[in-house]
Amino acid sequence: MAGYLLAIIQMVLALALAPMLVGLVRWLKARLQNRCGAPPWQPYFELRKLLGKEVVVSNNTSWLFRVTPYIVFGSAVTVTLLLPLITANQPLDRTGDMLTVVYLLLLGTFFLALAGLDPGTPFGGMGASREMTVAAIAEPTIALSIFGLAVAAGSTNLGQIVAQTLAEPAVLITPGHLLAFVALFIAALAETGRLPVDNPSTHLELTMIHEAMLLEYSGRYLALIEWGAWLKLLIFLSLLANLFVPWGVATTLSLPALVGGLAAWVVKLVVLGAAIALLETQIAKLRLFRVPELLAVSFLLALLAVTSSFLLR
Amino acid sequence: MTNLTHVQTALTELLPAQTATIRQQRGNELYLTIDRNDILPLAKHLRDSFGAELALMVANDRRPAQNGFEVFYLFANPVESWFVQTQVNVPAHNPTIPSLATFYLPASRYEREIRDMFGIEPAGHPDPRPLVRHAFWPADYYPLRKDAVSPEYFEDDGSQFPFKQVEGEGVYEIPVGPVHAGIIEPGHFRFSVVGETVINLKIRLYFTHKGTEKLFEGRSPAEGVKLAERISGDTTIGHALAYCQALERLAGTPIPDRARYLRVVLLEMERLYNHMADFGAIANDTGFAAAHAHCYRLREQLLRLNKQLTGNRLLRNGVTPGGVSDMVTIPPHLAAELDRLLADFNEIVAISLQNTMLTDRLIGSGRLTAATVQDHGAQGYIARASGLNLDARRDHPFAAYDALQFNVPVFDSGDVYARTMVRVQEARESVNLIKQALEALPEHGPLATPLGQLPPFEPVFSVVEGWRGAIIHWLMADESGRLYRVKVKDPSFVNWPALSFALLNNIVPDFPLCNKSFNQSYSGNDL
Repeated sequence: MAGYLLAIIQMVLALALAPMLVGLVRWLKARLQNRCGAPPWQPYFELRKLLGKEVVVSNNTSWLFRVTPYIVFGSAVTVTLLLPLITANQPLDRTGDMLTVVYLLLLGTFFLALAGLDPGTPFGGMGASREMTVAAIAEPTIALSIFGLAVAAGSTNLGQIVAQTLAEPAVLITPGHLLAFVALFIAALAETGRLPVDNPSTHLELTMIHEAMLLEYSGRYLALIEWGAWLKLLIFLSLLANLFVPWGVATTLSLPALVGGLAAWVVKLVVLGAAIALLETQIAKLRLFRVPELLAVSFLLALLAVTSSFLLR
Repeated sequence: MTNLTHVQTALTELLPAQTATIRQQRGNELYLTIDRNDILPLAKHLRDSFGAELALMVANDRRPAQNGFEVFYLFANPVESWFVQTQVNVPAHNPTIPSLATFYLPASRYEREIRDMFGIEPAGHPDPRPLVRHAFWPADYYPLRKDAVSPEYFEDDGSQFPFKQVEGEGVYEIPVGPVHAGIIEPGHFRFSVVGETVINLKIRLYFTHKGTEKLFEGRSPAEGVKLAERISGDTTIGHALAYCQALERLAGTPIPDRARYLRVVLLEMERLYNHMADFGAIANDTGFAAAHAHCYRLREQLLRLNKQLTGNRLLRNGVTPGGVSDMVTIPPHLAAELDRLLADFNEIVAISLQNTMLTDRLIGSGRLTAATVQDHGAQGYIARASGLNLDARRDHPFAAYDALQFNVPVFDSGDVYARTMVRVQEARESVNLIKQALEALPEHGPLATPLGQLPPFEPVFSVVEGWRGAIIHWLMADESGRLYRVKVKDPSFVNWPALSFALLNNIVPDFPLCNKSFNQSYSGNDL
C-alpha cells in the first residue's frame, strides 16, 4: 500500500516540479545571455493565467482537437507513475516497462500531430509534418538506447534497471552505457523541442516544430499541453539522470532513503537543466534538413549501444 | 566619366523636336520635356549608350493649373554622378502613358503605383493587378489627385486578389500574415511549397496606406521635416536628409561646412545602430540568442548616444533645411565611446562566426544573383552582397562624403552570409567615417543657412545613401513656397520584390532568416 502511495507522491512531485524545471532552464539561459530573464517560477504564473482564460476553439475542429490536451497531459502523467524518480522500488514498476513509457510518450506526440492537422491551418499541418519526421527517428532511438541498458540489466523494467545498475555500478562505464547516454540525450533534445532541433523561444511560425502544432490552442487546453510538454522534459531528464547516474535513488522504503532519493533527483535535474541551458546558449539551430542527419547519428549510437551491451554481456 | 554635354548632344540628335526644352541644371542634371510616345526610345538610348537605368517615376497632378498630369522619369547611371530628368505631359482627358514595364522591371511597379494613385493608365502594362490600391477603396478613388475626397467609410468590395496558382503533385500553399506574431508591420506572404521547398513566393504589401505623400502637400518646408523623419522609424536621418537636400537644391541654398560634417555623423550613427542590431537579429533567427542580446545592448548604448546627439533616441530633430538643427551637440568622448562599442561588436561578431552551426545556416541561404539585383534595381547592402559596387555616398556624393575616405564593402556570393558581412564591414566603416568627420569638423561657424526662396513648380530630387540603400526624395513647391508634391522612394520599394527571388529553392523554415537579412521597411514602402 505504501508503495502505491509513494507512486502517487512521485507523480505529484513531478507535476509540481516540471514548471520549475522549465523556468530554471529559461532563467539560466537568460543569465548566460546577459539578460535578466523572468524568475524560474514564472511558468507557474503562466499556468494559472492560462487556466483562468476562456478556451477559443475554431469551428473547423473535430473532437480530436478537444480530446488531445487530455491525452497529451494524461499520457505524461501516467508515465511519471511508472518511472523510478526517487525510488527504484515501487510496485507500479511491474505494471509498465520502458516500452510502455516510450510509447505512452509517443501517444501524446501522435495525438498532438493529429490535433495540429485538425483545424486545417497551414502552420498546424506544417508543424505536424515536421514533428512526425523528427519523431519517426527519435522514438526508436529512445527505445533502443534504453534497450541497451535493459540488455545489460536483464530486464526492461526501469526500476529493475536502476536497481541492477546500483548493484553493479561497473556497467556504467561500458561502451554500451556511454553510447546509450549520448543517444538518449540527443533524442531527448529532439523530443522535447529544444535546440538544435527546435527553438522553444521563437515567435517565427515558419520555423516552429512543436509550437506550430499548438498555435490554435488557448486557455486550459493550452495549459494542459504546455504542462504536458514540461513534464516530458522532466521525464527525459529523469530518465537520463536515474538510468545513467543511479546513485541516490532509494532502493528501500525507509524515510531517510526516500529523502535522499528526492534530494539526489532534484540535484540531478538542476545539473541536467543547467547543461541544457549552457548547450542552448552555445549552439544555433540546425537547418531543418540537417535534423534527420543528427537524429540518424543518435540512432546509430543507440544501435551500437545495444550491440555492444549484447556482445559484452 | 560621361560628360553631360555629350549626353545632351546625343539626346538632341535622338529627339530633334524637343531640342528647345533640353537644359543642364544644378551641375549634374539634364532636364528635358518630351512627348509621351518618345519615352521608350529615350529610355532605350540612355541604357544602351550611357548605361543609365530608371531610378524613379513620379506622377504629379497639375490639372488645377494646366488641365493635365505630369509624369517625371529620373534616369541615373548607377556609378556616375549624372542624372537625366524627363518630363512627360499627360492630358487629363486621356490619362495614359506608354508602359516601360517590359523594358525596365522596376518601371512595372512605379507604373502600377501611378495607376493606383492617379488613375493614369500605363498602356501595354502586362500586370493588371493593383499595387498600392487597397481592396477597400472605391473604384474612382485616386488619393493623390488634388481633388480626391476621402470616402466616409471604406468597405470590402469582395474582389479577390489573383495570386499566381501553382499546381502539381504535392504542391500546397502556406499563407502567412498580414498579421504576424512579432512586432512588425503587416505583409502577406504566400508560399507555394513542395515538401519544405519554396517554389514560388508572392509578397503582398500595402495594407496600411498612411497617405504620407499626401500629408506633405500644403505643408511649409520646415513642417515637412517632421513628416520626413517619420516615414520609416529606423531611417529618420536618411529620409530627413534626402528631403532637406532636395529643398536646398531647389532653393540653391549652400549649407555650412559644419553642417556638412555633422550630417555625416548623424547619418552614420543611424547606419551603425541599425547594422549592429541587424547582426544580432540575424544571429537570433538561427537560434543563437546570445549575440542578439549583446547586439541589443550595443544598440541601446548607441541610442543613448543619439539622445545626447540630437535629444532623440532615433535622431529626430537632427537635420533641418539648410543644415542641422541647433539641438545637435557632439557628446563628449563620442569617438572613444564608438571605439569601445565597435570593439565589443567585433568580439560578438568573432564569437558568432566561429560557431559553425551558425555560419552553416548563413552560407548559401537566400542566394540572390547579381542579374536579379540588376533587373530589380535593388539597392544598398542587398546589391553590395550580390557583387554590385553601388553606394550613393561615393557615386553621388552629398554632405561631406567627398572629403572623407571610406571603403565600400562588396561581396559576391549574394547569400545571407554576404548580407550579414556587408553590414559588419559597413558598421566598421561608419565608425571610421564618424571619427574622420569629427576630426575635420570646424570648431565654429553656423549650423544652418536660412533656406532661400523656393521657385514654384520646379521639379527637384536628391539622393541619400541611407542604411538600407539609396533613398530618393523628389519634390515640387507651389507659388506660395509650400510643398505641392513630394515623392518618397525608400530602397525597400525596389528591394522587397527581390526577396521572392532570393527565397526560390530555399526551405520554408529558412524564410525568416532570409527575410531578416533583407530587413526591408514596410512603412517606407507603404507610404
